[in-house]
Amino acid sequence: MEKVLVISEHEGGRLRRHTLSAVAFAAKVAAESGGRFEILVLGEGMGEVAGELRSYGAAAILVGDHADLRHPVADKHGWMIARIARERGATMVVAAASTFSKDILPRSAALMDAGMLSDVVGISMTGGEAEFKRIMFAGNVIATVKLDGAVRFLTVRSAAFVHPVPGADVSPVVELSVPVSELPSLIEYGSREVRVTGRPDPTEARVVVSGGRGVKNAEDFERLIGGLADAFGGAAGSSRALVDAGIVPNSLQVGQTGKIVAPDLYVAVGISGAIQHMAGMKDTKVIVAINKDPDAPIFEVADFGIVGDAYQLVPELIEKVKAK
Amino acid sequence: MMKILVALKRVPDPDTRIRVKEGVLDLDGVKFAVNPFDAIALEQAIRMREQLGDVEVVVVSIGTGDCVEQLRLGLAMGADRALLISGAEAPDSLSVARILADVYRRERPDLVLMGKQAIDDDSNQAGQMLAALLGIGQATFVSKIELVDGRSSACCARETDGGIETITVRLPAVVTTDLRLNEPRYVSLPGIMKARKKPLEEIQLTDPTLKAPARTRVLKLESPPPRKAGIRVRTVDELVEKLRNEAKVI
Ligand SMILES: Cc1cc2nc3c(=O)[nH]c(=O)nc-3n(C[C@H](O)[C@H](O)[C@H](O)COP(=O)(O)OP(=O)(O)OC[C@H]3O[C@@H](n4cnc5c(N)ncnc54)[C@H](O)[C@@H]3O)c2cc1C
Repeated sequence: MEKVLVISEHEGGRLRRHTLSAVAFAAKVAAESGGRFEILVLGEGMGEVAGELRSYGAAAILVGDHADLRHPVADKHGWMIARIARERGATMVVAAASTFSKDILPRSAALMDAGMLSDVVGISMTGGEAEFKRIMFAGNVIATVKLDGAVRFLTVRSAAFVHPVPGADVSPVVELSVPVSELPSLIEYGSREVRVTGRPDPTEARVVVSGGRGVKNAEDFERLIGGLADAFGGAAGSSRALVDAGIVPNSLQVGQTGKIVAPDLYVAVGISGAIQHMAGMKDTKVIVAINKDPDAPIFEVADFGIVGDAYQLVPELIEKVKAK
Repeated sequence: MMKILVALKRVPDPDTRIRVKEGVLDLDGVKFAVNPFDAIALEQAIRMREQLGDVEVVVVSIGTGDCVEQLRLGLAMGADRALLISGAEAPDSLSVARILADVYRRERPDLVLMGKQAIDDDSNQAGQMLAALLGIGQATFVSKIELVDGRSSACCARETDGGIETITVRLPAVVTTDLRLNEPRYVSLPGIMKARKKPLEEIQLTDPTLKAPARTRVLKLESPPPRKAGIRVRTVDELVEKLRNEAKVI
């Protein structure tokens, strides 16, 4: 009988969609173990986010709403999560894998002397005990792992757990008190750079078009990669090479140490296919590679490969995708 | 005098493809390296010493005698001294954090620099767990560090999913590095010569609480199913046709 606590993630007062993959995970665990799950919302002005989460079958939506929790700083949020997990008697604490959860959850886990698994892609309940699957060695090894202890912490890959369909708004909202004077105060939040593009995040799009070193500069990236992404109504991404070169922001990096994506369609433009890049996209349904080098390793994972100059092929592709 | 502790993990070379053979990792002939993110952490520590002068850089690795190779590399890059923690198993992040907390209490550094993740198990937890056990602050995925307020705090730029975020964390703190923080220097021949004379101390762990069993138990390792081979198309028209009618993704 598992009691799962889902940690929601939000930005600018809006729920991050990938939270729903953690909800899907929790619902599955609750159903298979005869247990239940609750969702925690920490922040300031969280009414809307909490309201939206009421329709997924959680036993309760727990809300810690306070100005001191406005920014997701690890000391305060990590402490709150551990405290609430303890109070609610949680046996599992789960969030969607992201820089938010990876920053904060290990901190809460250690405060509870709990083990943690990152980037879980599967769970099975065998004889009442949970066994988890996770990826190691840049996508080359799948490990089946058990976690001992009274409470276990997990982040799950959003692409591995299908978002649930909302039902009726039935989960009760429970306001929690925030013990402000006890909150640690080791970290002071400064600022967050504002996102400039109107495109979706690569982890949340059905189509991702990524550019690599084959794209020479920021204008070309916007015209070719951005242009093709727009034609598909998708997101733009990149290899590490373009982030290092300062051509695109870090938030676009796809790979082992960047974002892990698994869209319906991934188009790799001028990307060679290093192990670290492929670890971030090879669970995509359909991969297209555009590269002038016929021996580029990216072709080994591509469903459709086309050898040639991206500067000629991509504008033509944009035209023809738009033409319908 | 400021002291910086840098944790170095021995990992398979990042460009080798690790395989599973009959349920176990096939590490035959695999070369080992310092985890790339840890090398970035060490580079940062050395740069801070070059900039500030009175800084001691201590590298630490948990493991068997094999890790001496990575510690020597750290010394050759420019660390002042090295610690090898042996006699302890560190199979998961919580065990690593517990052991490093013990090292921290012996060394009392002002700053702990670590990689944001190790490229073998990709857990991305040890630094955060260490900070929690010590009750000190943390800054993860850092691409820029600046000491402020008379070296009592660090102003850090963090690479988050939404873009760059800045926070200021009070020292002592744990800072974990991201790729854009710096490009680690190559080890020079004189560096290797000098490293031979630098102190490398082995510490046998005896504290039984540090040998607490790990929370994680690996039951099985397997290879992911291979992707089925794709095809080459010659023209953009052919590609669009395949995507529309065969793959049905547009
Ligand atoms: C610790 C560590 C972590 C890393 N993490 C990541 C990560 O998360 N994500 C990531 O992507 N990488 C990561 N890397 C880097 C990775 O190893 C590669 O260096 C990187 O992915 C290469 O990027 P690229 O394919 O764009 O560049 P390159 O390897 O230089 O490839 C460029 C490709 O473009 C092609 N090309 C050039 N011009 C054209 C043209 N006009 N038209 C068509 N094709 C063209 C070339 O044929 C070539 O195949 C990491 C490395 C390390 C060590």
